[in-house]
Amino acid sequence: MSAILNDETKKVLTAPLVNDNPITLQVLGICSALAVTSQMTTSLIMALALTLVTAFSSAAISAIRNHIPSSIRIIVQMTIIASLVIVVDQILKAFAYEVSKQLSVFVGLIITNCIVMGRAEGYAMKNPPLKSFMDGIGNGLGYSLILIIVAFFRETLGSGKLLGIEVFKLTKDGGWYDPNGLMLLPPSAFFIIGLIIWAVREWKPNQAEKVEFKIMSIAHGEGGHH
Amino acid sequence: MPSNKESCKYLGKWCAALDNNEQYQKFKVYRDKVLALGNDSLEKTIAIAVSLCLVCAVLVSFAAVALKPLQVGNKAADMKKNILDVAGLLEEGADINAAFSEKIEAKIVDLETGDYVEGINADEYDQRKAAKDPAQSVAIPKDKDIAHIRVKAKYAKVFLVKEGGAIKSIILPMHGYGLWSTLYGFLSLDADGQTVQSINFYDQAETPGLGGEVVNPNWRALWKGKKVYAETDQPSLEKGLITEADIGEPALSLIKGVVDNTKPGSQYQVDGLAGATLTSTGVTNLVRYWMSNEGFAPYLKKVRTVKGVKS
Repeated sequence: MSAILNDETKKVLTAPLVNDNPITLQVLGICSALAVTSQMTTSLIMALALTLVTAFSSAAISAIRNHIPSSIRIIVQMTIIASLVIVVDQILKAFAYEVSKQLSVFVGLIITNCIVMGRAEGYAMKNPPLKSFMDGIGNGLGYSLILIIVAFFRETLGSGKLLGIEVFKLTKDGGWYDPNGLMLLPPSAFFIIGLIIWAVREWKPNQAEKVEFKIMSIAHGEGGHH
Repeated sequence: MPSNKESCKYLGKWCAALDNNEQYQKFKVYRDKVLALGNDSLEKTIAIAVSLCLVCAVLVSFAAVALKPLQVGNKAADMKKNILDVAGLLEEGADINAAFSEKIEAKIVDLETGDYVEGINADEYDQRKAAKDPAQSVAIPKDKDIAHIRVKAKYAKVFLVKEGGAIKSIILPMHGYGLWSTLYGFLSLDADGQTVQSINFYDQAETPGLGGEVVNPNWRALWKGKKVYAETDQPSLEKGLITEADIGEPALSLIKGVVDNTKPGSQYQVDGLAGATLTSTGVTNLVRYWMSNEGFAPYLKKVRTVKGVKS
């Protein structure tokens, strides 16, 4: 194990949590972060599925990286990612039927999640399999962290529950909490992620982008993906 | 290949057999040749594409085939659970399969005549599959297709709960379009074919927390005791809430806001889902469609009259 967890891999594994987080710094994988975070259960399963797919696809792509013709590079990556996603979807349908019913199309949409593709293209194509695997796990965890934070706020404020267990008693059930319906709609995740990005960049000022124009001081993202 | 020897340590006999296999040796020569080609050569591009597709196809088909029995089992168990649930017979921790076969009887109904159909194994009949088969389905005329489902199966599969020979509840399948998805569910009625016992949706993908609240037990409880069909002797007719033409037509619908139970006609009204107007409309439409003459009205009429349903 010591060989696996040397300083280098530790860095690959932990950097994406805050310093190089795929959502807050790289602004990737926003689409599913909006879609599945209205409940904690779905977020957790989605996070787990994405982490596994990123790790294994990165490892697989890295293993054949020296033999991938550059002209069909992207489609080779997509094929590997898509196959893994289908396998994950099938496994969920077989062993976690209830959750797979809730996640519906979003598991399939991991295929188009920019994090998976981004790590394949940006890291796995240049690094050996084990490191790529760790990088996939690390980025998956970074994604998971943000998803969990967002889901925490959306589920508690939106439906007064956490993991389906009542936290605040709702007015419609005779309690005191009037749920914020906006929290259940995807745009609320935009606000929460925006606030998280703001907080992280206040904390780590080096993550903030340089102002490119003096008058129009609107920071533009690093290629906002969906 | 140096790694070959490495793996031979573990595979032993197999490896030796492979080494002696002429075909495998030939394959190895080809493989090394292809791998040695330039990455951007046409031959290698095709070779990599084909072999990658083969490997991925095998992986995906293996997963799909190997897990199929489990998935089919899950689906069937989920369906039974939902039927027991809508019949009010679901007990925590009880064996679903046993409870289902003990208490519930599946019957096939011809939607047009409203009679039971014999000669079809009700346990094996799949109404959703039949709706997709042109031989077993009919297209719905556009003006009647309020549930936006385009086709329906000729025969529907209903479930009866009997107690001491008498029907206790009639469970009818329904489906229709909401906002994002087709909602599939069951409506369970008393033996009078008129009073709602319960409703549930087992397959839907509406917005969680808004339209997705169709699965909320509190909302579903509001359906209990509601009436499907307008009754002629109700004061609602006199007050103009329903017209003569509505008699025998389903009157049940979701309204905006909360139903005032003191008002006439409230027995045909259920609270709409807050923030989900389109899902609510969809639910109204699908209930009305399936309870109309296009759906189960002919069958329910026979249930309600003393004559009973021919079989």
